[in-house]
Amino acid sequence: MSILKLEDVTIRFGGLVAVDKVNLTVEKGTIVALIGPNGAGKSTLFNLITGIYTPTEGTISFMDETIAGKTPYHIAAAGIGRTFQNIRLFTQLTVLENVLIGAHTRGKCDLTGAILKFMPWVRREEGELYDLAIDCLKQVGLTYKAYELAGNLPYGEQRRLEIARALAIKPEIILLDEPAAGMNPQEKHTLLEMVQAISRTGVTVFLVEHDMKFVMGISDRIAVLDYGVKIAEGTPEQIRANPKVIEAYLGKGAASDA
Amino acid sequence: MGTYLQSLVAMVDPYLMQILVNVGIAIVLALGLNVIVGLTGQLSLGHAAFMSIGAFASAMITIKTGLPFSLNLVLTGVVTALVAAIIGFPILRLTGDYLAICTLGFAEIVKVFFLNFEPTNKALGLTVPAAKTMIPMPIYVLLVAIIAIVLVTFVQSSRFGRALKAIREDEIAAEAMGINTTRYKIQAFALGSFMAGVGGGLYAHFLSYINPSDFGFLKSVDILSMVVLGGLGSVPGTVIGSSVLASAPEFLRFMSQYRMLVYGALLVFLMVFRPNGLLGGVNFMDLCLRAIGKKPAGVALKQKK
Repeated sequence: MSILKLEDVTIRFGGLVAVDKVNLTVEKGTIVALIGPNGAGKSTLFNLITGIYTPTEGTISFMDETIAGKTPYHIAAAGIGRTFQNIRLFTQLTVLENVLIGAHTRGKCDLTGAILKFMPWVRREEGELYDLAIDCLKQVGLTYKAYELAGNLPYGEQRRLEIARALAIKPEIILLDEPAAGMNPQEKHTLLEMVQAISRTGVTVFLVEHDMKFVMGISDRIAVLDYGVKIAEGTPEQIRANPKVIEAYLGKGAASDA
Repeated sequence: MGTYLQSLVAMVDPYLMQILVNVGIAIVLALGLNVIVGLTGQLSLGHAAFMSIGAFASAMITIKTGLPFSLNLVLTGVVTALVAAIIGFPILRLTGDYLAICTLGFAEIVKVFFLNFEPTNKALGLTVPAAKTMIPMPIYVLLVAIIAIVLVTFVQSSRFGRALKAIREDEIAAEAMGINTTRYKIQAFALGSFMAGVGGGLYAHFLSYINPSDFGFLKSVDILSMVVLGGLGSVPGTVIGSSVLASAPEFLRFMSQYRMLVYGALLVFLMVFRPNGLLGGVNFMDLCLRAIGKKPAGVALKQKK
């Protein structure tokens, strides 16, 4: 069953076609990777899915509902969690608060709830959100830093905290924008196991990544983007052997040599 | 009850009482601005405008209807919050300096409006009749200040308050977490203005005379300095900041004409040595727990691991 479906998605910034008629289907429960050279439009595609941009043409549907043109908070509330390529944590807040904000859509109490903080239903909800947040922190192994400021975490842990925060939405699908960027091999290995564990909990994973070893080791399917056009899609083996992909990454000569 | 409280108030030196009331009103006003600037991160330079709307609304309610004072204040707050919501809807799309300039412009409009508004006596100002309440004003102000402190403390650690802090830290990330940023910004703006309105109502009935030019740009800056001095986003900080700044001009009175000079120098020195404000970036609960020799919650959890 497809959970996310992109049909002829195009976005133009002035004369530049950043994403050009991309068709892509993400099946429920799989791990799908999106790769491509720098500037291929991968992050733009993520921003289109999460509502930061509206596609010029084409439709995006999530669980059989059109989400193109909806606001980012609607899309997040519908069940799409995401991380950012250039980490966007709430740096002056604690690790726990970051994840609690991720759990925002799981709560209902509003301004009245804030004023009636001592009421049993408000306390119950706070307790539930707290449990959910701790649970998400456990999944990325950051419980022991719950009360530290997010901005004080080392780089690799900040990336993991972003994942925990996205998980707190209780998403159907999680979009990871270069989760392994700037990590050492050890950290990458931990991350790989973490993402696989998340996938086993039933969350569909859609990620952008540059590290080929990481991508090949984790993905069920891979889509390749070059200059905004999808040039290939398939299993890791198929992608590895695809001449078009080799050409995009290594140039025309390399493709004919191979 | 009323007479008992009256005699209680009479026991305190009237001059000191006046300073205390000023501090109380300043706390209500500054805490309101703290919700907007400190928690939500929206720089507003027009807080005095909402204070003046509250002051005139409250005075008019007393003059025209003679409602009991507590009802009067609630109604005043609601009126001010409504104005804030209507103003906030278009201008809260702006960020940073642009928003600050917009609020500044709005504050001027409000001032000029009241300077030309016939029912409130234009530039002559309005004489406010005594508040309809059994409780003496100083105690009333104290009670409202306590309610304000409790309210903002509650808001700060709630789901609502976390959404505001998320907007302050990173709006795009906040939206990606499912937070309707526009709605929360307007609500925060309305809540802060509600408190400004209530503070204005207290001010009007305490001084029993209000004039549109009392609520100019300098008043907004005064309130903003209290918030910044105390530490943006910190409730105890704001309380301390407003206490210090609202009483400093009085305590410095022995220096006669040099007092405002010293007041300014005090501000500069504090900002140089504590750029984040007196209690900015300090967890007040942790500080108190440490002071009585207990371990803060965060440390306790770390050691359990």
